[in-house]
Amino acid sequence: MFWVNTKRIIRSGFFSFWRNGFVSLSSVLVMTVTLFVIGSTIFSGAILKSTLDQIKDKVDINVYFITSANEDDILALKKNLEQLPEVQPPVTYVSRDDALAAFKKRHENDEFTLQALDELGDNPLGATLNVKAKDPSQYESIANYLQGKNALSADGTNIIDKINYYQNKDAIDRLTQIIGSVNKLGFALNILLIVISVLITFNTIRLVIYMSRDEISVMRLVGASMGYIRGPFFVAGALYGFISALVTLILFYPITLWLGSATENFFVGINLFHYYTSNFGQIFLVIVGSGVVIGAFSSWLAVRKYLKV
Amino acid sequence: MIYFDKVSKVYPDSSVALDNVSFTIEPKEFVSIVGHSGAGKTTLLKMFLAEERPSEGKVYFESTDIHTLRKNEINDFRRKIGTVFQDFRLLPNKNVYENIAFAMEAAGRTDDEIEADVPHVLDLVDLGKKIWNFPGELSGGEKQRVAIARAIVNQPDVIIADEPTGNLDPLNTYDIVQILKKINDLGTTVILTTHNKGVIDSLGRRVLTMENGKVVRDDKQGKYVI
Repeated sequence: MFWVNTKRIIRSGFFSFWRNGFVSLSSVLVMTVTLFVIGSTIFSGAILKSTLDQIKDKVDINVYFITSANEDDILALKKNLEQLPEVQPPVTYVSRDDALAAFKKRHENDEFTLQALDELGDNPLGATLNVKAKDPSQYESIANYLQGKNALSADGTNIIDKINYYQNKDAIDRLTQIIGSVNKLGFALNILLIVISVLITFNTIRLVIYMSRDEISVMRLVGASMGYIRGPFFVAGALYGFISALVTLILFYPITLWLGSATENFFVGINLFHYYTSNFGQIFLVIVGSGVVIGAFSSWLAVRKYLKV
Repeated sequence: MIYFDKVSKVYPDSSVALDNVSFTIEPKEFVSIVGHSGAGKTTLLKMFLAEERPSEGKVYFESTDIHTLRKNEINDFRRKIGTVFQDFRLLPNKNVYENIAFAMEAAGRTDDEIEADVPHVLDLVDLGKKIWNFPGELSGGEKQRVAIARAIVNQPDVIIADEPTGNLDPLNTYDIVQILKKINDLGTTVILTTHNKGVIDSLGRRVLTMENGKVVRDDKQGKYVI
């Protein structure tokens, strides 16, 4: 009997979906908007994350050593730094010769500078270490670490000329703050949008079922059980969600294709279309899952109200 | 078979719908309940269908007190009763066949039984040709015949007809009453409420007359006396 009932409930759900064509269409449209918002949240999250990662990646600190610093001491310090939990390895070492070569290359069209360099005879540039933190807020503690005794050479002299963190401190701090608040704001905004659109969907489905309240009371009077009355609405609700999800996924294809090429330069380092196609499995699951769950759950709740005959 | 024992219904706004009503209905009886609008006829029927609870008194079907039943027991109980209403109450998105099949599905009947019984019961009410039509495509009399077919398809012990002819012309009214009579002759108890004097007088069966929530007359072969 269970299977017979299940079969009848599913069939009846499909029929009521089909026969209430206009109502179903409008529910599907409203749900599509909801799922579109959820999908856009995924995309905006990806854009935000990739943009912030790009910005974070541009922040670093350089440690300039005095020209007389011993290379072994610098490499020892590099090793120590890489073991710090705040530091994102590898720490890049630029030796004095490398620095000079890079300097010459940068000024290869500038005769005067190169001449001035030749005049000096000795290499005036110190070695540098380029350090990246795992999180921008951690630069301060790294700089403090370098300021402390740890940066002394084996014989106890300070080999560090300067750390450019202190020149860039304000900019780094501000960036850290901005990244933090953009993340929070984006999250809150997305949650708000999702909640609003879910409520709208819920209300739409409630209206659909409100129109069926007489029907529900008739079903009660012929002695149908709760589950048998609820079942078809539940199925139809899930069906609204499923079809809306497919519509949404199809809509995202041309939209991301267009946005991807149009905004690739604007959103550094992410092409929405590539993101969509390469993460299609996950996005499919999220959209279809939320569609079916929202549709079925709203119906389930809405019918409950009219079952108290 | 059906026993109303000193039943009263007082609504929260202290209006009295039923006032100390007692009567018995025997198996295979055809009982008409008459009275002005607001006399308490519909409340009485709702009480019997367990849609409303009495403020005082008890309603028995066979030996069970209806209002002590639990929810799923109420569903089982309602399957023993067929209901017909003035406004037909068909499922608008199901065709004639499915409307009747729904009542059978709710009662847990098999697909084979449904396929066999639905056309049969539609022939009984002379609607065999409209089996695939939707309610919106039927006339009032046809809708009421579908409702009756739905009510009798599970072979209920009792048929309740709440002003079934209220929306029908005289010819259809006559047809419906004849069908109800036929059902009663086949052994089903019928409880009918109506305003129609002609219907009552032509039936010549037991009549309960209600006024202000009380049963004021109970005639074995009654006439419409108000």
